[in-house]
Amino acid sequence: MSSNNSIIIAENLVVGYGLKPVWSKANFSFGPGEFVAIIGPNGAGKTTLFRILLGLLPPIGGMIRIFGSEPKRGNPRIGYVPQKHLVDSDTRIECLELVRLGLSGTKWGFNPNPFSHKERDAAMAVLEDVGAADLAHRHLGILSGGELQRVFLAEALASRPEVLLLDEPLSNLDIKRETDLLHQINNVVRSHGVTALLIAHNINPLLPHLDKVMYIANGKVATGKPSQVLTSESLSALYGTQVEVLRDPHGNVAIVGVEEHHGDML
Amino acid sequence: MTYCPINPLSPNIFADLQNMGCFEFMRTEFVAGTLIAIIAGVIGYFVVLRRSAFVAHAYSEIGFAGAAGAILVGIAPLAGLLLGSILGGVAIALLGRRATYRDTQIGIVLAFALGLGLLFISLYSAFDTAAISILFGEIEGVSVAEVYLTIVACVGILAITGLLYRPLLFVSLDEDVAEAKGMPMFLLGTIFMLVVAVAVSFAVQVTGVLLIFSLMVTPAATAQYISKKARSSIAVSVVIALFATWIGIFFSFYTNSPVSFFITAIVFSLYIIVRLIDWSLFRRVTRNVGINRG
Repeated sequence: MSSNNSIIIAENLVVGYGLKPVWSKANFSFGPGEFVAIIGPNGAGKTTLFRILLGLLPPIGGMIRIFGSEPKRGNPRIGYVPQKHLVDSDTRIECLELVRLGLSGTKWGFNPNPFSHKERDAAMAVLEDVGAADLAHRHLGILSGGELQRVFLAEALASRPEVLLLDEPLSNLDIKRETDLLHQINNVVRSHGVTALLIAHNINPLLPHLDKVMYIANGKVATGKPSQVLTSESLSALYGTQVEVLRDPHGNVAIVGVEEHHGDML
Repeated sequence: MTYCPINPLSPNIFADLQNMGCFEFMRTEFVAGTLIAIIAGVIGYFVVLRRSAFVAHAYSEIGFAGAAGAILVGIAPLAGLLLGSILGGVAIALLGRRATYRDTQIGIVLAFALGLGLLFISLYSAFDTAAISILFGEIEGVSVAEVYLTIVACVGILAITGLLYRPLLFVSLDEDVAEAKGMPMFLLGTIFMLVVAVAVSFAVQVTGVLLIFSLMVTPAATAQYISKKARSSIAVSVVIALFATWIGIFFSFYTNSPVSFFITAIVFSLYIIVRLIDWSLFRRVTRNVGINRG
């Protein structure tokens, strides 16, 4: 399972809060430039994986390495877009300011050279990368959900990270905006060569872009190529009950048999 | 000591200002008011951005208990204000990073603090005057020593805010990302809370405990509708606070009505005007978009 050029690698990983494991015995490895979807019911421990990788939560057991060492807080090689944000309609500050904070928000003091356009140009460049250059001077409070996600993505990309963690960027978007944003994320991931981990509820819109899928459910984790993980055998083993994976002619999958037995987990 | 005539308000504004400036207590008041407006304008921006207005009000009311206690034992009210609001700041910092949203606990503590202040002040003989001046501001009574202290506070607060500027902005706008990037959240939150507590203590001298929002919230909230950039919003917020304070001091001198009334009236009017302009511009923009689409 492990390979030498893995960016993220885990062996027998057990994660949870306090002494209570959320999921355990996970083995996975993600290489450079891989696009990975993390799928599973609410409360399965998807965000917990991000907290581990960001060094905000220590694992209960097993081994995890990112860039060859233990995760630690404040790693500049990781870009992160959390699920919750403080922005609301009263946040009257322009998008460019937020994206610039992704570059220099951790530095003390003011920008030492207020007349230098270097940081501003760098921030504009990432906004262009995510197709949001036109939003640069609009204030955060009036943006739609999809526009906000682009701006947060730009903020995370500003420091040119090698790993990108996206926590449910597609939630609360309609199908059109979901497709657009996903297209944009895929472009950025491919052109920047970033290893991207994306948490989502619905795997279907992601399937054309994915290299790997990590399915978390029932305290267990299944990781691999979508064609390996999204099979009746693999998901039945994960859920510990008979699960059927159905495919339509377009390659979309439907997982049935889960709700009846594990409705409380969904 | 020079003799200063008390002339009524004349159409010649320069003569009026000259007349006002003749009084030493007016010069002291002007300097103190200017420094406090700068402090409040700057800190107010972060208070509004972090949605900590209620916390700022809590400091102010906890400071009321401190000031009333100070008057009772015969020390400077400012000392009591500082002690009270800093204790409040420490307590709220200990509540943790989500303190801003703990409306209930903060409300419970501030009601108790107001009650305690009421007790202290009722034990004091000059009950009414003391209560009114703490609750609604009494910049006329600022001493020269207090002005020096205000200079120190102003320099200190501006230095700390300058040093923390980018991290504070980052933490205020994107808490989770700032935490993941290794920002010392507890330290930043605690320092910010203490700076707000000190800023509130000084601002209370101008606005009083109950009208603290007029310098700590309204100028910054108005500024956010004028500028979309943090730095220029802070500048606009300071300008509004200064404008309101200066005009307030001027009219108060010639009318004998309280400074804090004029400040609240000026900042409120500016806020309404700016919101109306913003609303009409926004309406025009949406209407144009509608035409383009049609």
